[in-house]
Amino acid sequence: MKEMTENTGKPTNYYVPEQSNLPIIGSVGLFILVLGAGNFIQSSTDKVKAEEGSLQAFMGSMGPYILTLGLLIIFYLMYKWWSTAARESMANMNSAQLDRSYRQGMLWFITSEVMFFAAFFGALWYARTLIVPWLGGEGNNAMTHALLWPDFNAIWPVTTTPGGTTTQAMGPWGLPAINTAILLTSSWTLTIAHHALIDRNRSTLILFTWLTALLGVIFLGLQAYEYYHAYTDLGLTLGSGIYGNTFFMLTGFHGLHVTIGTIFLIVLSIRCSKGHFTPENHFAYEAGAWYWHFVDVVWLFLFVFVYAF
Amino acid sequence: MAHDHHPTGIKRWLFTTNHKDIGSMYLWFSFIMFLIGGAMALGIRTELFQPGLQFFDPNTFNSLTTLHGLIMVFGAVMPAFVGLANWLIPMQIGAPDMALPRMNNFSFWILPFAFTLLLLSLVPQLFPDGAPNFGWTFYAPLSTKYGPASTDFFIFGVHLMGISSIMGAINVIVTVFNMRAPGMTLMKMPMFVWTWVITAFLLIMVMPVLAGAVTMMLTDRHFGTSFFDAAGGGDPVMFQHIFWFFGHPEVYIMILPAFGIASHIIPTFSRKPLFGYASMVYATASIAFLSFLVWAHHMFTVGMPVAGELYFMIATMIIAVPTGVKIFNWVATMWKGSITFETPMLFALAFVILFTLGGVSGVMLAMTPVDKQYHDTYFVVAHFHYVLFPGAIFGTIAAVYYWLPKWTGNMFNETLSKIHFWLSIISVNITFFPMHFSGLAGMQRRVPDYNMMFEGFNQLSSIGAFMLGFSQLLFMYIVINCIRGGQGKATDNVWDGAEGLEFTHLPSPAPYHSFEKAPEVK
Repeated sequence: MKEMTENTGKPTNYYVPEQSNLPIIGSVGLFILVLGAGNFIQSSTDKVKAEEGSLQAFMGSMGPYILTLGLLIIFYLMYKWWSTAARESMANMNSAQLDRSYRQGMLWFITSEVMFFAAFFGALWYARTLIVPWLGGEGNNAMTHALLWPDFNAIWPVTTTPGGTTTQAMGPWGLPAINTAILLTSSWTLTIAHHALIDRNRSTLILFTWLTALLGVIFLGLQAYEYYHAYTDLGLTLGSGIYGNTFFMLTGFHGLHVTIGTIFLIVLSIRCSKGHFTPENHFAYEAGAWYWHFVDVVWLFLFVFVYAF
Repeated sequence: MAHDHHPTGIKRWLFTTNHKDIGSMYLWFSFIMFLIGGAMALGIRTELFQPGLQFFDPNTFNSLTTLHGLIMVFGAVMPAFVGLANWLIPMQIGAPDMALPRMNNFSFWILPFAFTLLLLSLVPQLFPDGAPNFGWTFYAPLSTKYGPASTDFFIFGVHLMGISSIMGAINVIVTVFNMRAPGMTLMKMPMFVWTWVITAFLLIMVMPVLAGAVTMMLTDRHFGTSFFDAAGGGDPVMFQHIFWFFGHPEVYIMILPAFGIASHIIPTFSRKPLFGYASMVYATASIAFLSFLVWAHHMFTVGMPVAGELYFMIATMIIAVPTGVKIFNWVATMWKGSITFETPMLFALAFVILFTLGGVSGVMLAMTPVDKQYHDTYFVVAHFHYVLFPGAIFGTIAAVYYWLPKWTGNMFNETLSKIHFWLSIISVNITFFPMHFSGLAGMQRRVPDYNMMFEGFNQLSSIGAFMLGFSQLLFMYIVINCIRGGQGKATDNVWDGAEGLEFTHLPSPAPYHSFEKAPEVK
C-alpha cells in the first residue's frame, strides 16, 4: 500500500472498528425524537384535532416529553460518538488512508447540506421569477389575476399577499450588513487560527479559535434581535406569505447551522487548549473550519438574494 | 487490527461494523418490505378484479396505493441496492471493508425505525383519519391542506430515510475513491462499482432536496407558511417542481445499479468481455447528468409555458441515446458469444428485454402532446412497473442468484430457480402488459372503481399479480435453502469464467473480512 512507504509513525492497516453500540443508540434516539416532535407539533398547532381521551390525544400530550427524551439520547450519542472518534485519533489508530476517508466524508456531507439549502433557494427564485409575476397576470395567466387576485400587485418583496396579509420588508443595510461583516471577519480569524495550528503557535491558535466562536455568538445574538425586530416592529413573521416564508426558512436554517458551527468551534477551542491537535493530525479542526466556511458562504448568498436584491 | 472472532447472537447484528453483515441485513429488510408492499399491491389488485367497490372504501384504497409506492421505492428497491453495494463493493475493489463502518451500520438501523414510523399510520387508534392517501408523490395541497394527521409522521419518516440514504451514499463514494486496491484505476473498476458510485452522487444531490420539500410541507401544514398556497404567494405547482427535481434522479437511483449488475452477468455467461466498457461508464454518467435536467416531463399537464414543455420533451428524449448505448452494448456482448442460460443469465436477459420495453413506453410518454392523453392513466403505471419490476427487481434477483454462491459457499437449486424465473417472467407480463391497453383506453390510475369495458384487462392483471407475488415466496425458499447447504459446495470461481476480484481472489464463501491485505490489480 502507498502509505507503507511513508514513514510517519502512523499505522498502515486500515482501522475497521470493533463492534459498536453507537449506531443503534442513534437510530432509537432519532426514532424517539421524531415521534415526540410529530406528536408535539400536532398537539400544539390547530391542524389536527384529536378526540379527547383517545390514544392520539394521549400521544399528543406526551409529545414534549418524548421529544425531550429523544433530544437527550441524540445529544448523548453525539458526545459519545465524537469523543470515541477523538480518542481513536489521539491514540494514533487512524492511518493516513482513514484520515482521507474522514475528510472526503466531511466534504460530501457539506455537499448534501448545500443541496438542502438549494431546495429553499430554489423555492425563493421560483417564487420571485415565476409565481409572483404569474399571480400578477403575466404569461397566459391574465385570467388568474383578473378573476382570482385582482388586487394583487406583483412586486418583490411581496408585502401584500394575494390573500391580503401585509408585512414590511427587511432592509439589507442595518444589522444584516453588520452580520455580513462579522461572518467574513470570523472566516478570517479562523484562517489565522488554522495557520497557527500548522505553525505550532498554540497561544494564537487558542485565542483566534475562541475569537471565531465569539463572533458566531455575536452573529446569533444580532440575528435573534433582528427576528424580534421583524416580529414586533415590521409585522414580518414566518406566516406573512411567500416573502416571510422564504426569509425565515432560509435565515432560520442558516442560523441553525451557525449554532451548530459555533458549538463545533467551542468544542474545538477546548480541544485546542487540551493540546489535542498536531500539525499532522487535526482532521476535526479542519472539518470544523470547512463547516464554518460553508456557513459563511451560505450567508453571502442570503445577503445577496434575501436581503439586498 | 486483525480480529477473527465472530460475534454471535443478536449483538452481532445490532452492533456490527462488518460490510457483509450489514449487506445481509439490508437485503433481508428489503425483502420483508417487498412482501409488505407486495401484500398491499395484492390488496389493490383484489379490489380492481371487478368494477365497483368490493373490499376497500376509496380512502383506504388510496392509502394502499400510497403506501405500496412508498414502501417499494424507499423500502424495497433502494435498500436492496445498498445491500448489494455493501456486499460487493469492498470485494470488487479489494478493500478490507467499507470506508466508514460504524456509519454504515447507522445507515441501516435508521431504516427499520423509519418504516415503523410510516407503518404506524395504519394503526387507527393513533390516526383515526387514516394513513397517507395522496399517492407516493404526495402532491400539495393533497398532502398539505388535506393530508391526514399521519402525514406528519410520514414527513419525519422521509427525513429519516433521507439521513440513511445520504450516509449510505457518502460511504459508497468514500469507499470507492479511497479504498481501491493498488492498480485498480478508475477505468478498471467493475461496472457495478461504477454504476453505484454514480448512483451515490445522485443520492447526495437529491435526497437533501426531498428533505427540503417535506420540510416545506411540514411548515405549510403547521406553521403558517404558504410555499404551496397561491393565497400567500406560493404555488402548488412549485411542490411538483421540487419533488420531481428529486424524483427524476430518484428513478435512475433505482435503475443504475441494475445496469451494473447486467454488465457483470451478461459477459460471464456469454464468455466474452463486456463490449464497450468505457462507453458504458460514460453512458451511465450521461444518464445521471441528464437526470437533473428533465424533471418537468412528469408535469406536462400542469400548464407550463410551451417553451418549457418543448425543452423538457427534447431533453427527455436525449436520455434515450446513452440508454440505447448501454442496451446495444449488452447485445453486442452476447453477439457470437458461447451463451449458456443459467438462472442469473435468464434474469439478466429478461431485464434487458423488458427494461427496454419500459424504456420505449417512456419515450412515448416523453412526447408532450401524447402525454397529455396518457397522463395519470394505467399506461403510466405499466411504464414504470416495466422499468421497476423486470428492471430494478429482476436486476436484484439476478444479482442474488449470481453472487449467492460466492456469499454462502453453496450452490442454489438450479431447477427450482428456473421454475422461479419462468413463473416470474410469465406472470410479470400477465400483470403489467394489459395495463398498457387499459391505460390507452383511458383507465385512470389511483381510482378503486372503473368502467365495465376495462374488466377483462384488469382481471388478467389481477391473476398475474397473484402469480407474481406468490412466485417470490419460491425465491425466498431457494435462498434460505441455499444458505443452509443448497445443492453442495460452490467452487471459488462459481461460474465458468466469472471475472472480478471476488471470483478470482476470494474463496467461496468469501471470508468475514474480505481483503486484510490489498490484492495487486494488474
